[in-house]
Amino acid sequence: MIVGERKPFPKILQSVENYEKILVLGCGECVTVCMAGGDKEAKETALALSIARKRAGKPVAVESKTVERQCEFEYLEAARRQVEAAEVVISLACGVGVQAMNMHFADKLTVPGLNTTFMGMPLRQGVWTENCLGCGDCVLDLTLGICPITRCSKSMFNGPCGGSQEGKCEVSKEVDCAWQLIYDRLIKMDMLERMEVIHPPKDWSASHHGSVRTSVREDVRIDGQ
Amino acid sequence: MTASNLQKMLDRGNFAVSGELGPPKSADLSTLKHHAHDMRNHVDSYNITDNQTAIVRTSSIGVAATLIQMGLEPNVQMTVRDRNRICLQSDLLGAVSFGVRNFLCLQGDHAKFGNEPGSKNVNDVDSMQWLQAVKKMRDEGIFIGGDKLEHPLPPLFLGAVVNPFADPFEYRPYRLAKKIAAGAQFVQTQCIFDIDRFERWMTKVRELGLHKKVYILGGVTPIKSIGAARYMQSNVAGMIVPEALITRLKGAQDKKREGINIAVETIQRLRETEGVAGVHVMAIAWEEVVPEIVERAGLYPRPVLS
Ligand code: SF4
Repeated sequence: MIVGERKPFPKILQSVENYEKILVLGCGECVTVCMAGGDKEAKETALALSIARKRAGKPVAVESKTVERQCEFEYLEAARRQVEAAEVVISLACGVGVQAMNMHFADKLTVPGLNTTFMGMPLRQGVWTENCLGCGDCVLDLTLGICPITRCSKSMFNGPCGGSQEGKCEVSKEVDCAWQLIYDRLIKMDMLERMEVIHPPKDWSASHHGSVRTSVREDVRIDGQ
Repeated sequence: MTASNLQKMLDRGNFAVSGELGPPKSADLSTLKHHAHDMRNHVDSYNITDNQTAIVRTSSIGVAATLIQMGLEPNVQMTVRDRNRICLQSDLLGAVSFGVRNFLCLQGDHAKFGNEPGSKNVNDVDSMQWLQAVKKMRDEGIFIGGDKLEHPLPPLFLGAVVNPFADPFEYRPYRLAKKIAAGAQFVQTQCIFDIDRFERWMTKVRELGLHKKVYILGGVTPIKSIGAARYMQSNVAGMIVPEALITRLKGAQDKKREGINIAVETIQRLRETEGVAGVHVMAIAWEEVVPEIVERAGLYPRPVLS
């Protein structure tokens, strides 16, 4: 899922300081699950804004609403009334949702209330890890399900650097060395000889480095264009 | 075209000594030149670090030009941290164009450790891929993307680094084998303080016959103080500084002398270790002691090769 973190409140406050009617819009998907931008957080943010602005002597009308999914136009219609009534929208969705809002309601400004951090998963309650960079050419078959591009701090393809010690990455004792994990798993699966393969330079053109990506599926298109 | 001095030294079976120069955080190379000059009769070649620990400094290739003007031989370190494959390959050609023949292909410390922690870590290719790419440029005349070089490259001497002190320990000899397969002709090791662990690593290296396929230069760093030892022990990635070594320094009246003594003894042990072809002396910020260390280790005068 997409993991996000709420922007620091003073930043959110500042981004809407010139407006008097605000909508805080949550999203019912990933950011609800990672407890950053769901209905609960939208309500909290709305309340905090109204209190802060009242204190500052600049009272404001704040509403909150959550749509099922902010990254698809059809779901945004559910918030049309609230969006039209507001001068500005604070989106608590990921960056995709914020952009979908600005496209769909092009006359209205939607600003981000979250920092979209990564594609990852909850490891345990309150802890999420980054697992995928969306490189466009998955190598997880080669590395037995542990992504060296995402989980190695140097995105190495051919084994651990000289900074790996006691299973931890040189950048932090908090971060596991991805190559230690891959190594251990290769032993477990009796495939250690794979460490000897020299993987050639990656073709990054399938990733964001190849320019902005659009995915087209002719078999499911219905617009005929 | 002739081989580099470092390569000749090793090919002829001489125990090699490479030195190291750390470029400054300015474009004023006067101190660096001074150090280079003072070591010129004691080392066969000079590693020039490439923005070491991710701190912005004069480029290793820029400094190499200065060394060549001085009649000295650079060993250009190239990390993959800061440059994509276009820039790496182009910089390599530029360096070869004015006479650089030794290259050391490295990954590089993470930018987080340096003075530009907000920078992008490029890592377009990794150190293994870069090593193999340079080999292919030299041997097959092709770039990474498959395009051909317009003229062949002269003989280049390709190096890599290996760290017997990193984990997984059992993998480390095989990592050396992989670097050899990728094109390494010589390797320099991380600083050796835990000589027992180094020897355990060497035993496996010999068992695999790797010492016959690559020149192994043991990394030696003189320790200046207990503070420096402690710093390396806890803050430098992939280093092991045994407690016994710190105890020995503590017991010594003159810590600096003792640091030099330890370095000399380490070199002497390396000379006796089968499969070690030379030493790489890293005395950054303490360059003036290099001649004394080399002399006391019995490696002076350096053979003069034709
Ligand atoms: S320590 Fe491991 S995870 Fe960290 S950069 Fe090195 S190889 Fe990658």
